[in-house]
Amino acid sequence: MPNGILVFAEHRGGAFNKTSFEAVAAAQQLGASLGQPVSAVVLGTDAALASQVAAYKLDKVVSVEHPKLADYTPDGYADAMERAVRALDPQFVIMPHTYLVRDYAPKLAARFGKDLISDCVRASVSDGAVTFSRRIFQGKIDADVVANGEPPVFATFQSGAYRADQAERGGEAAAVESLPVEVGEVRMQPEEPFQEVKQAVDLTKADTIIAIGRGIKGQEHIALAQQLADLLGGEIAASRPICDAGWLPIDRQIGSSGQTVTPKLYIALGISGAIQHLVGMKNASTIVAVNKDPEAPIFDIADYGIVGDLFEVIPVLTEEIKKLKG
Amino acid sequence: MKIIVLMKQVANKDAILRINKSETWIEEGDLSHEVNESDGYALEEALRLKEKHGGGEVVVCSLGPQRVKSVIKDALARGADRAIHVVSDDTAQLGPYAAAKVLSEAIKDEQADLVLTGLQSDDNGYAQTGVILAELLGLPHATIVIEVDASGEGLRVKRELESGWYQWYAMTRPALLTIQSGISQIRYATLKGIMAAKKKEIKEVAPNAEALSAAAHQRITKVYFPQKTKQTQFLGDGDAKAGAAQLAEKLRTEARIF
Ligand SMILES: Cc1cc2nc3c(=O)[nH]c(=O)nc-3n(C[C@H](O)[C@H](O)[C@H](O)COP(=O)(O)OP(=O)(O)OC[C@H]3O[C@@H](n4cnc5c(N)ncnc54)[C@H](O)[C@@H]3O)c2cc1C
Repeated sequence: MPNGILVFAEHRGGAFNKTSFEAVAAAQQLGASLGQPVSAVVLGTDAALASQVAAYKLDKVVSVEHPKLADYTPDGYADAMERAVRALDPQFVIMPHTYLVRDYAPKLAARFGKDLISDCVRASVSDGAVTFSRRIFQGKIDADVVANGEPPVFATFQSGAYRADQAERGGEAAAVESLPVEVGEVRMQPEEPFQEVKQAVDLTKADTIIAIGRGIKGQEHIALAQQLADLLGGEIAASRPICDAGWLPIDRQIGSSGQTVTPKLYIALGISGAIQHLVGMKNASTIVAVNKDPEAPIFDIADYGIVGDLFEVIPVLTEEIKKLKG
Repeated sequence: MKIIVLMKQVANKDAILRINKSETWIEEGDLSHEVNESDGYALEEALRLKEKHGGGEVVVCSLGPQRVKSVIKDALARGADRAIHVVSDDTAQLGPYAAAKVLSEAIKDEQADLVLTGLQSDDNGYAQTGVILAELLGLPHATIVIEVDASGEGLRVKRELESGWYQWYAMTRPALLTIQSGISQIRYATLKGIMAAKKKEIKEVAPNAEALSAAAHQRITKVYFPQKTKQTQFLGDGDAKAGAAQLAEKLRTEARIF
């Protein structure tokens, strides 16, 4: 009988990812509602790393070990996790929806003839049945999803869906178990991770950020937003499509693959509010959103919202601020 | 080099979405559609690789109803050589495993050197179909790829990691890559391209029945608009200019920005 919840704790070069502990929190809450034990699994070459996770309230921490797991590769991780899941026979496998998990976990699920319930924002339990909620259409709609068929159920949780500080710590350290596994052929070889040459602007230091999205329509309109930024002594920034199009350099991109900023004021102009953008700016003190779509997800995190055309809003806003500044 | 590019048609980014009566999906009837954003970049990368490495073939494959022909024709006009259309009317509830299975049956005999997909779709956003397809085809894969170097025997690909980090991977070929938006600038179709596309082959195939009818591993029971969690002060009540004036005042008195 499959039993229990297995949570995958991700690390890169020995540093655990914060979203791993968010996943631990998700797994613990699920475990509490279902009355099932929660164990964590850590992949690596030896058990040293696993002990870092053992401080959490867990049934045990399984250290899945093989020399080929020194560096992350999708082939190595899928092989190792497949063996671990078969050996431990859990009912649920819970993972953070990180770039690393996105890279190997669909392959892992496919080995079981399944897919993942991916990028969930919630899970709720009623009468022993779990309903997962996912955000679809780039955050515009929520979908409740149930799993069909035999366990294990593979699910990943979006960054921020649970709080890492909600992950419960145990009274004493959880037992660490070594599980040596076989790993087959690894067909890819990673080089060292790197950052692009030094960023020209450091947006993390800006007090005010005026951010533009696809709603700005054309490169020639950026000047409009720039004027507003200049007036407020702020910096101009953008969502990904603006940088993809080459309208602004990539070092002005805010979001999961760009910069994470916490300015006093963040004005989002024509940005829909996809999660990959929100993670980069949601902790700004004051957030303003201007969008012509009243259902745009960006409004969910905005302090002030204007539903309307940014081309009407910006000139008036600029003029009024000028007046008030005197 | 033979490259297959998988392209999906999705609802227009600016479409106003409405929930259907049974609250199980969106109202499809009056939607306009476009190509999934990252799939467009996958096609561009395939065309560039072909041009750079002296020829070969770019084959586009799309799964969906007849309307996806517009995506296919546009891809042929931009320079793809031929297309495979896996015709199926109801793919909205198709999970990524089933979709990958159907696609693998449709392309496995092509023996491509490279299979490119976008990194995720803008509708369901599973971010899995490409990776599962690689597993089903027995190919190594890399995701969130932002640069491809195919000059050697194998491949070197640059992957995007979180927070502005990157990593190169060396890998064997054939392989499957999921492409990130922004890998290069997308070309427009020329008039010449549009004319030439009319003569290009679009092969219609039926989806593998077994894969299509297999029980889904996940089922959507309900869709709805997300619950708002933050109290947003909406300004202007539909009048953008009035809202802007109020905002200036609030930024001074409440947020104390200036
Ligand atoms: C792995 C991965 C990493 C990613 N990393 C990032 C990242 O770091 N940063 C990032 O931003 N994105 C990132 N993305 C992309 C992200 O998912 C979204 O596609 C992107 O943020 C959308 O940008 P947008 O809001 O500008 O465009 P859209 O989603 O197209 O939104 C445009 C908005 O403008 C509004 N609008 C249009 N015209 C007007 C007008 N005249 N007046 C007012 N409003 C108007 C529309 O209503 C719409 O809401 C990533 C995606 C993936 C898969």
